[in-house]
Amino acid sequence: MTAAFVRAAPEPVLAAPLLQRGALAWLRENLFSSLWSTVLTIGLIALSLWVLPPIIAWATVDAVWSAPDGALCRAQQDGACWALIGWKFDYLRYGSYPMDERWRVDATEIVGAILIAWLLWPRAPRRLIGIALFFVAYPILAFVLLHGSTALGLPIVDTALWGGVFVSLLTALVGIVFSLPLGVLLALGRRSRLPVVRTASVIYIEVMRGVPFITVLFMANNMLPLFLPEAWAPDRLLRPLVGTALFAAAYLAEEVRGGLQLMPKGQFEGAMALGLNYRRMMALVILPQALTMVIPGIVNNFIGLFKDTTLISIVGTLDFLETVQNAAKDPIWAGPTIAATGYAFAAMFYFLFCFGMSRYSIAMERRLAAGRRL
Amino acid sequence: MNDASAPVVVTPDKSAAIEMIGVHKWFGAFHVLRNINLAVARRERIVICGPSGSGKSTLIRCVNRLEEHQRGKIIVDGMELTNDIRRIDEARRDIGMVFQSFNLFPHLTILENCTLAPIWVRRLPKAEAEEIAMRFLTRVKIPEQANKYPGQLSGGQQQRVAIARALCMNPKIMLFDEPTSSLDPEMVKEVLDTMVGLAEDGMTMIVVTHEMGFARQVADRVVFMDNGEIVEINAPAEFFGNPRHERTKLFLSQILR
Amino acid sequence: MAEPAGLTRTSLLNDPKMRGYASQALLVLVLLALFLFAGRNAFVNMTARGIPLGLGFWDQTAGFDINQKLIPYTPQSTYGRAFWVGLWNTALVGALGIVLATPLGFAVGIARLSRNWILAKAAMVYVEIMRNTPLLLQLLFWYNAVLKNLPSPRQSISLGGFVFLNDRGLYLPNPQFGEGAQWILVALVLAVAAAFGFWYRARQRQAMTGAQAPVALVSLALCLGAPALAYILAGRPIAFDLARLTRFNLTGGLQLYPEFAALVFGLVTYTAGFIAEIVRAGVLAVPKGQSEAAAALGLSRRATLRLVIVPQAMRLITPPLTSQYLNIVKNSSLAVAIGYPDLVLIFAGTVLDQTHAAVQVMAITMGVYLTISLVVSLALNLYGARNALQER
Repeated sequence: MTAAFVRAAPEPVLAAPLLQRGALAWLRENLFSSLWSTVLTIGLIALSLWVLPPIIAWATVDAVWSAPDGALCRAQQDGACWALIGWKFDYLRYGSYPMDERWRVDATEIVGAILIAWLLWPRAPRRLIGIALFFVAYPILAFVLLHGSTALGLPIVDTALWGGVFVSLLTALVGIVFSLPLGVLLALGRRSRLPVVRTASVIYIEVMRGVPFITVLFMANNMLPLFLPEAWAPDRLLRPLVGTALFAAAYLAEEVRGGLQLMPKGQFEGAMALGLNYRRMMALVILPQALTMVIPGIVNNFIGLFKDTTLISIVGTLDFLETVQNAAKDPIWAGPTIAATGYAFAAMFYFLFCFGMSRYSIAMERRLAAGRRL
Repeated sequence: MNDASAPVVVTPDKSAAIEMIGVHKWFGAFHVLRNINLAVARRERIVICGPSGSGKSTLIRCVNRLEEHQRGKIIVDGMELTNDIRRIDEARRDIGMVFQSFNLFPHLTILENCTLAPIWVRRLPKAEAEEIAMRFLTRVKIPEQANKYPGQLSGGQQQRVAIARALCMNPKIMLFDEPTSSLDPEMVKEVLDTMVGLAEDGMTMIVVTHEMGFARQVADRVVFMDNGEIVEINAPAEFFGNPRHERTKLFLSQILR
Repeated sequence: MAEPAGLTRTSLLNDPKMRGYASQALLVLVLLALFLFAGRNAFVNMTARGIPLGLGFWDQTAGFDINQKLIPYTPQSTYGRAFWVGLWNTALVGALGIVLATPLGFAVGIARLSRNWILAKAAMVYVEIMRNTPLLLQLLFWYNAVLKNLPSPRQSISLGGFVFLNDRGLYLPNPQFGEGAQWILVALVLAVAAAFGFWYRARQRQAMTGAQAPVALVSLALCLGAPALAYILAGRPIAFDLARLTRFNLTGGLQLYPEFAALVFGLVTYTAGFIAEIVRAGVLAVPKGQSEAAAALGLSRRATLRLVIVPQAMRLITPPLTSQYLNIVKNSSLAVAIGYPDLVLIFAGTVLDQTHAAVQVMAITMGVYLTISLVVSLALNLYGARNALQER
């Protein structure tokens, strides 16, 4: 190679060698990159072939899809009894809510879904109206619709009849609706320079985060009636709802506090330089940005909350998991496959819901991160 | 002038520090290094320049096998680089590398950063490793920082530590991958001065950089790469004073105002 | 307080300090009012229903039995004693959960990072299932759908006659320590001490001469070999009491009840999913340049992991990992749903139902968990402050 060199003609672009590109390359890189990897690949494929087909068969081919009672399921013991689910579907959905009034549950859920979509959609117009509607008008509407009101001609439906998916959703929603404002207040309180405010916030947050959720529910269940006068005896459903809201508020407070800490100091200074007082600065500049930044965190909180609502079954509330368990205990359907069927169905429901929400949260996070690269 | 479209048959030269013969590399389907032929003699200083995406970083990362080439031969100090992990480790002991982002180990002190490899790879006693480290830290003019942590140093100081760390392994060849691109302007000089000192001591160096002043001062040859291929190689005086290839002229007109 | 000349007096109403005092005073008044309101109602309600107001119930006879206990307890024991039984059970589940979930979580987390696509995806499926289904559902599944469906004792599943599995529990061989068994423990302690000594001497030798010694292998050989040797030399002093079928049930052996097994198994598999994500995030957070720089210096892959990657990753992993440990302790309270007698089931369940002393019982129960949480958080903060990466 001589010391000096000038290229005369451009080098031809060659196709990558066969092992380098396309499917073969992928296989080599990801499945067979070393001896150990090859062994693993073969071993895992063998394992899945051994384990997966029976499970899939249990859920599909060998399953009983339709039957009026448990006889067929008892006969076919190596398949799921989906027939049970089909038969009990309304119960799993509404609990014992009277059939004629079930449209009220559907209406409440649809309105809620629309409002949430409005709040979570990044480019939605006039979010402020949506917020006011969701946090103020919707709870009242939901209460009136679900509970009933003689004044409006809606028959009262006792909360003892409420059950199923809608109670789980209701608990999680109530948790979010009431814990979000409380959580924001607690987060601001924790950052406050006033010692009484800060101490009170810290105590509340640390206590709620340091104890198991079940103890909070027990506390709400047993102690709420004691702390209120006889005349105000709280409803059986109301107690776990209160416990859920109080518990969720502490975790949400920490999320919001995280968002506030990420706010560049310049935002505070800019707002103050413009002459905004504390309340206006928070409401117009800081909180909108901070809350948007923690939407993924809040959604994650909601997912966790939704999973935690299963605990209210322990204090006697008929949530979705409890209805599944009750349905599985029906003597007409008793059989060895019933319990597994019920839990498999519940697991699929929770999985789809939570996984879906977490995908949304990840997408939101990516979009926010992209937007923040100013 | 060499005609590059004729097939190049080069017999390996045992006195060369590094030889790259017909080297091709693909990232997936993308042909990122195209028929690279380059020989670096001992004590020679090569500067590689070119637009971003031209493959210059990839080139030097192939030399110490941080990247793998798919075709051709890379021979370091008479030994060909293959997939044999022991050969790779052996080669890396004699090649030092300085990165654009310093890559100092933040959980170790400066001294520990420099003694880590001598102790665990060359199996030196601690006292000897520390003595060597202090020697090189003094050489890069920051011996007083030995017990600090990287996070406590400025960018220029960190890069000088990175140079010292590489030198502690007593390499025969030093590779520099855009060593000053991450530095604030006022710190670039201190690092370049260190590198000039190294060159004057006779170290074989391959430097990927945009600092043309450094190239003019120190390089024996300047290599211009574009689009994965070597376009022009020449001594600095010729390269900057009389560029031959069109693309070289275009690049220099953009770099040097 | 003399004011510098030239400062105008602001009205008290707008002075931020005064406003601060005023709002705090207001808050204190509101909180006080709430406490008094609640307290008065509680007093009235509790006396009206004959609920005890003090801690007198602590020394009353419990009157119920607990089938799984680590300390002696009978139905004649006090409620206070029942509290301690529950606390020890919670501690056992918590400790076991932490000890088992950590290696499983780390293994799954590392699998998730593997270059092998199948292994990484399999680990991902595991993690997503664990994280997206409620823990209670998982516990109920293991308890009701798996363990309860095991055969009855007469048809127990047996593993070589040593281990039996049926719907009453898992029966392991119960070790009976005979004459000379203590030497095994002595041998183990000596082996650990010797391993430490060897490690220390190897370090010194490396500092002196640079030579390396296979510390890990030697330590492992010592800790396994010495006790084994002692066992043989002492004449094999450990006998195993195996479970055997009598009439309708198994007797003997070490019985692990299905409630305990379901709780521990469920907690471990669930938390391992979260630990796996923490480990993965920690390792990914170490910049790629670190391993490149180590490789460029000639460090082997093992040395790179040990000296460069793992120390940095562990810094990031430790705080959320500790959080998960706390979660294991808190989540063990779900024992109440499957009937394992932990602190919540015994104290906040049975004792509360019997004495109706809701306020006292809940305060004590929550106090226990709160104490554990605060102590661990404090320890973590101290550890973090000491080991933080030094910055400018």
